[in-house]
Amino acid sequence: MSGVLSSSIGRKVAMAASAFFLMFFLLQHFAINLTSIFSADVFNELSHFMGTNPAVQFALQPILIFGVVFHFVMGFVLEARNKAARSVKYVKNNGAANSTWVSRNMIYSGLAILAFIVLHFIDFWFPEINHKYIAMLPEDPNRYYGELVHKFHSPIRTGAYVAAFAFLALHLLHGFKSAFQSSGMSAKRAAKLETISKIYAIGIPVGFIIIALFHHFNQ
Amino acid sequence: MKLTLKIWRQKDANDKGQMVDYNINDVSPDMSFLEMLDVLNEQIINEGGEPVAFDHDCREGICGMCSLFINGEAHGPDRGITTCQLHMRKFKDGDTIYIEPFRAKAFPVIKDLVVDRSAFDRIQHQGGFISVNTSGNTQDANSLPISKHAADEAMDAATCIGCGACVATCKNSSAMLFVGAKVSQYALLPQGQVEAADRVRNMVAQMDAEGFGNCTNTGACEVECPKGISLDNIARMNREFFKANI
Repeated sequence: MSGVLSSSIGRKVAMAASAFFLMFFLLQHFAINLTSIFSADVFNELSHFMGTNPAVQFALQPILIFGVVFHFVMGFVLEARNKAARSVKYVKNNGAANSTWVSRNMIYSGLAILAFIVLHFIDFWFPEINHKYIAMLPEDPNRYYGELVHKFHSPIRTGAYVAAFAFLALHLLHGFKSAFQSSGMSAKRAAKLETISKIYAIGIPVGFIIIALFHHFNQ
Repeated sequence: MKLTLKIWRQKDANDKGQMVDYNINDVSPDMSFLEMLDVLNEQIINEGGEPVAFDHDCREGICGMCSLFINGEAHGPDRGITTCQLHMRKFKDGDTIYIEPFRAKAFPVIKDLVVDRSAFDRIQHQGGFISVNTSGNTQDANSLPISKHAADEAMDAATCIGCGACVATCKNSSAMLFVGAKVSQYALLPQGQVEAADRVRNMVAQMDAEGFGNCTNTGACEVECPKGISLDNIARMNREFFKANI
């Protein structure tokens, strides 16, 4: 089994497995954020549960952080190895003739998402960790909606979030199908996922953009 | 037709190499691309120069010997053909054509446009065959029931001529379409299933040892493959690999 993970195919499937996990996380994150448009109380209730439930905090959260770090580190490792596999570049290479821009530039859309995650952690995760585990402030179950709305007051931050979600869409447009193919799904079956892939890859980021713009213009 | 050719010239494996411009006149649209290079080489020889080295053999699109990265695409702008089947009618009078060798660390340049593709041979040596007794007591292959669907897919995979266009065109220089095809052509048939686990393990290990990159499912290899080898073969190789290791 250790031989599997040190092989090119093993690394490829591990990349896909972490992608599946992150796509599932993204879906539930979107579902919770979406409630903020309709009901501050429901959003506060769900956020309070996620922020205080021991299973979420001490089991799921470390797994999520591992999944994020693994996906990025493995992405950089694979990119470096793939670059090394062609030491002399072509003078003329017409990649657009045989593949999509998004499939050839996953590393750049990934880097944009990584930059966004750093901003997102600075905005929400670090203050949250400070509130609960460093400053040990008393828990207020109704603070989450206000904190969310406050963050989207700034047009620069809102713009940065919108741009990041656009890169997320580009990344998912290839990544969603690619994860299935890497896991061994035939190209014919993966082609049938085309519609679902586009709905997910465009629908989720556009949904996040709507949420960000809603809170920016609704204050 | 009058053409400007920008051709990669490299004396040997140790030379740095560079693009060199050539002007060629009176190119017939009915010439094949390799015939055009033959005419260019006559011109270079007549001028006292060193002819451009390039790979070729059958010139019928069967052997997989010809290569060339033409105007940024393996085997040129046409689909489903090798360079020897590319004709000059695909170009226009006055065009500038870039001609480069297949690029990959695992395919080092020997001279000019000739690359060493023996990495593919070494992968084949690790399991691209079946070890059956052929001494005269072999079971008649037709006595084994094989579904038409499996036979067709195995035959499709077996049409891979090992030219290396998949590696050349892949942004990662991945050989997974080639290895996937070689694994699949046997994995789909009962005769190949006996050694399936060792085959996929050993061929993938050799592929990695040769320094090919990792597939990221761009699909470029399938588009540029002169034999239309399907990406399904990569997915099947992945499944076979895990079946063999778990």
